[in-house]
Amino acid sequence: MKRPIHQHAILRVVSKILIPYIFLFALYVQFHGDFSAGGGFQAGVIFASGIILYTLIFGLDRAFQAFHPRLFEIFMALGVSIYGGVGVVALLSGGQFLEYDSLTHDPVHGQHLGILLVELGVGLTVTSAMVSIFFAFLNRGRA
Amino acid sequence: MTLLLAVALAIIVLRDLFAAAMLSGIFSLTSAGLFVVMDAVDVAFTEAAVGAGISTVLMLGALLLTVSREKHGTSRLQLLPLVVVLLTGTALIYGTLDMPRYGDPEAPIHSHVASSYLERTPNEIGIPNVVTAVLASYRGYDTLGETTVVLIAGTGVLLLLKHPRGNKQEEES
Repeated sequence: MKRPIHQHAILRVVSKILIPYIFLFALYVQFHGDFSAGGGFQAGVIFASGIILYTLIFGLDRAFQAFHPRLFEIFMALGVSIYGGVGVVALLSGGQFLEYDSLTHDPVHGQHLGILLVELGVGLTVTSAMVSIFFAFLNRGRA
Repeated sequence: MTLLLAVALAIIVLRDLFAAAMLSGIFSLTSAGLFVVMDAVDVAFTEAAVGAGISTVLMLGALLLTVSREKHGTSRLQLLPLVVVLLTGTALIYGTLDMPRYGDPEAPIHSHVASSYLERTPNEIGIPNVVTAVLASYRGYDTLGETTVVLIAGTGVLLLLKHPRGNKQEEES
């Protein structure tokens, strides 16, 4: 008789040690994307893979307790809104759409801020979309 | 390259879909390695994370909903698909003959806008990673479009799969 996956002690312990580091690495990729390889897309996928690993090992019910599925649906739209919002703010502060130069008094700082916020939006949307799709698949399999 | 070819052949031959899903992950990881060798770390990063990570998991999720062994199709040789595949392959390979040699400084990608991005990024954006600068700033519109595509894909899957079968329709009808 095969045991269900969440009863394997080794998998549980190792994943509990690993998952925080996966999240940390995702955040590093997210916010360090200006300086090294990576950015919103990659960070979003890595963050999502951390959540997916948790779901695979602890099951869908535990995962729904920790990460409410509704949350990701909101975040998915929120990410694109942040991206578009940065564009609109640039528009309102005298520049063109998505022209980060006008976000702050200094053009280079404006670019830094704009890229950071835009990447945050990308990361949020990618994470939420990936996790939502994965949850939808698993939910369907269970029903 | 040889490894990629071997993995691709194995995917075709294998009838066990679980192993095929795993092999497609290995395929992605190998191509990510290839991208690293060609100094495209950002692309390699994405390939490793999306191709080897997420799509393998989604493939396994899809396997959960269906059977994990491929049915034996007709053993008769399908001539038309074979001809189409061979023709397309030949055309693609013929197309690569005209491409500039790898690392050729005269290649169109180096003589067009890329050099101006490289020159302008330190002064205008002030960040070391030019790929991020191009993605998020110079090509901000494109990235906004890509993000919207991700949102639409997510919404589409949710609309199709979220409610258990028949649950919603019964209420309406």
